[in-house]
Amino acid sequence: MLDLAYTTPKPKVISGAQEDWELVIGMEIHAQVASNAKLFSGASTTFGAEPNANVSFVDAAMPGMLPVINEYCVAQAVRTGLALNAEIHLFSAFDRKNYFYPDLPQGYQISQLYHPIVGEGEVLVDMAPGIARLVRIERIHLEQDAGKSIHDMDPSMSFVDLNRTGVALMEIVSRPDIRGPEEAAAYVVKLRQILRYLGTCDGNMQNGNLRADVNVSVCRIGQYEKFAATGDFSHLGTRCEIKNMNSMRFIQQAIDYEARRQIALLEDGGTVLQETRLYDPDRGETRSMRSKEEAQDYRYFPCPDLLPLEIEQAWVDDIKASLPELPDAKKARFVLHYGMTEYDAAVLTAETENAAFFEAVAEGRDGKQAANWVINELFGRLNKQGLGIAESPVSAAQLGGVLDLIASDAISGKIAKDLFEILWTEGGNPAEIVEARGMRQVTDTGAIEAAVDEIIAANPAQVEKARANPKLAGWFVGQVIKATGGKANPAAVNALVAQKLGL
Amino acid sequence: MSSANTLTIAQARDALRARTLSAAELTEACLTAASDAKALNAFVHDTPEIAQAQAAAADARLASGDAPALCGIPLGIKDLFCTRGVPSQAASNILAGFKPEYESTVTQQLFDAGAVMLGKLNMDEFAMGSSNETSAYGNAISPWRRAGSDAALTPGGSSGGSAAAVAADLCLGATGTDTGGSIRQPAAFTGIVGLKPTYGRCSRWGIVAFASSLDQAGPMGKSVRDVAIMMGAMAGHDPKDSTSADLPVPDFEAALTGDIRGRKIGLPREYRMEGMPAEIERLWADGADMLRDAGAEIVDISLPHTKYALPAYYVIAPAEASSNLARYDGVRYGHRAALVPGDGITQMYEKTRAEGFGKEVQRRIMIGTYVLSAGFYDAYYRRAQRVRSLIKRDFDMAFADGIDAILTPATPSSAFGLGEMVDADPVAMYLNDVFTVTVNLAGLPGISVPTGVDAQGLPLGLQLIGRPWEEGDLLNHAFVLERAANFAAKPARWW
Repeated sequence: MLDLAYTTPKPKVISGAQEDWELVIGMEIHAQVASNAKLFSGASTTFGAEPNANVSFVDAAMPGMLPVINEYCVAQAVRTGLALNAEIHLFSAFDRKNYFYPDLPQGYQISQLYHPIVGEGEVLVDMAPGIARLVRIERIHLEQDAGKSIHDMDPSMSFVDLNRTGVALMEIVSRPDIRGPEEAAAYVVKLRQILRYLGTCDGNMQNGNLRADVNVSVCRIGQYEKFAATGDFSHLGTRCEIKNMNSMRFIQQAIDYEARRQIALLEDGGTVLQETRLYDPDRGETRSMRSKEEAQDYRYFPCPDLLPLEIEQAWVDDIKASLPELPDAKKARFVLHYGMTEYDAAVLTAETENAAFFEAVAEGRDGKQAANWVINELFGRLNKQGLGIAESPVSAAQLGGVLDLIASDAISGKIAKDLFEILWTEGGNPAEIVEARGMRQVTDTGAIEAAVDEIIAANPAQVEKARANPKLAGWFVGQVIKATGGKANPAAVNALVAQKLGL
Repeated sequence: MSSANTLTIAQARDALRARTLSAAELTEACLTAASDAKALNAFVHDTPEIAQAQAAAADARLASGDAPALCGIPLGIKDLFCTRGVPSQAASNILAGFKPEYESTVTQQLFDAGAVMLGKLNMDEFAMGSSNETSAYGNAISPWRRAGSDAALTPGGSSGGSAAAVAADLCLGATGTDTGGSIRQPAAFTGIVGLKPTYGRCSRWGIVAFASSLDQAGPMGKSVRDVAIMMGAMAGHDPKDSTSADLPVPDFEAALTGDIRGRKIGLPREYRMEGMPAEIERLWADGADMLRDAGAEIVDISLPHTKYALPAYYVIAPAEASSNLARYDGVRYGHRAALVPGDGITQMYEKTRAEGFGKEVQRRIMIGTYVLSAGFYDAYYRRAQRVRSLIKRDFDMAFADGIDAILTPATPSSAFGLGEMVDADPVAMYLNDVFTVTVNLAGLPGISVPTGVDAQGLPLGLQLIGRPWEEGDLLNHAFVLERAANFAAKPARWW
């Protein structure tokens, strides 16, 4: 695998009233496993179904119902672990996390506290070309999602929708390696990108498909290094956990607010209480949800309805062999193989479908030029219209055809843009359009020469000026191209104008 | 054939196949016996329409020559089993009115084998109890009485209704479940045979869970052969229960050869409890003699961690129960307390569960919640699990030493009077399980066989414990014991 060199970003420093502070952030990402069926029941996971349509007897926790593990969800977790370069535990086990809530029919969530399926791994979080933070993953475990309680449909009643109950989640737990709000958001972006490459999570944050709990603490300059050297958390500040965030923007705002709140508290001689907080985006602040003392006692114990989950190395190896090329490798390959900038490579590899589109365009063509066209013309246009690559009116083959016409000097770059416009709005075969509409550029020097002679003869004053100042030759070039309806090959015109003017 | 209900399953099967008895007649005899026995409070939901329809279907199968072993055999079903469209409330008020839309795997398999369901049987609430006195339906009453007394006795628990119904010939056999002795103790108290299979042998799917790692369904019948026949239909792998074993189901009845020559039977010295009644001691010694006379070798063995079994059991079982019973919250089914304005979800939970669960269930939920709570988990639950491993290892080592089966008393006493234990320390009641819980903790098969009566004429049973998955072999040992003991006492009818 190819690696690009990177340097580590500086941690975010926030200046308090008295001194400077650094942030220390760890995250728990709840990623809904992309799977047709729930983790322990055969019920569907389709989003947006009628309330309580996707509910089996198991999901509703009817008496005597038992969970049966969905092998596909296990494979998805293993796939994710492998992509994060993580240890896969051939032995893992499920535990019950007990608490009462109406959208938790069993009265417990089946999770993996003691023996998670995936152990330590890592994610390289890109901040800017050449700058990235390696964030360590502590673990990934599988667990059931809860349902949804709806409190605003009736003044005196609450309603419960169990469609989401029992849907598989991967909880991806990071080490406290994230050092600022931007890094936190970039971490989520990168994880989401990897999950989408793998097809293990749709990453649709609006649907609650990917949610983040963020642990934030602040420390004085130098303390983090002591922690990093010893692993001793007492060098760090007390953390607060901000629950259930589903937007990159809110994650950044919440961390920033929370860090400043803690700094103000500490500089005021107060102490930070370990607690769970919620971010209120309307007011731009975090609010206490429950303190450590009020924290629930979840009474975890091994789920007696499920045997320990034992998987075989050969099965893991098969999954590993089927992993797609991952974002870091793809980006490095694009840089090295196509000679593009890291920035362009990052743009093209943000989504695997985009990268595939680009590669189809670049196949057998000039990579850098393909990258320019895909990024500037195509993505620019798609973004403007709010379309995804799958909805692009111009296919990779069509765009490739445009590039071929440029390469063979059949059209100029300028004409190519007109051609792209035609393809976008009307479709069609690029070569045929060029022929049918007479867009082929004139490379016949005889024809261009005649046009040049004509313009020179008609503009003696301009000729004088151009001879005195060769930069003004461009005016002649423009006139010639205009006279040929834009079809004259600019390079040929340039050469002829220079020659005729004696420059 | 007015007394068809007194037949064994084997006898009835032969008569049905010989067409000298119809399933309809047999079912009618049982329904009549059951309706005449309301005083026992064994059946708590009667399903005569289902029984008659199943009997008619069985007669049609019998006529067509398709007559599996249980075809046309009327059974009672413990209320812990979910039966489609029929009240299934684990003898608890919290499941008042609950009629599942699904059929438990075990009852489905029994019905597929042609069995007829007469109704649902009384039990301790959520199978928590040893006397059937915690039932929301009221006590089940044993058909047995002490000589010269008309005091009502317990049929044992938690499968008390099953035991009473079989002992009183209200049905030919019954399903039970056994978490700490709930099949074997009531079988011993009522002079019938009860088998707790190896954990994982019968599917738990559709059986209301008490303690998932210990619960196991099993048959209760009038003879070892009957229990073997029922086992054949109840056992088997179920992909819907992850703890169900994917093993073939042998012909258990064919295992009853009566030949145990050369087999080694262990007598664990730790089961010789201090203060054990002399008649239990004698029963045990007599049982050992019977097996020796049949050609087995009797060996003293040690199961050194036995004394820790009961405390470990009363940590693990309540811990699992506290979690398993969390689902009874009044949100989706069963009882929901009437609320007053201002009550929120917490009040709904508290009132519903306070009204719906009886005292013993509440006690165990609280014990279980306590032992799992932060700071106590290691001292209780984790330590109990370690004890459990040691108990299992005791048995593993005995079997590795060549022991084929282990013989112990089934209960520390004969049946006690209903109400006698009401004011006792709950632990005194828990002591009823002292000989049986080890088997659940180790996941082994155990069977209770009636082998004698005490001075008051009440039945007493012995327990045989077998190797895992060797129910056939265990049944054969029990068969030998049964033949030798020739237990023939029946309760005198007073109801």
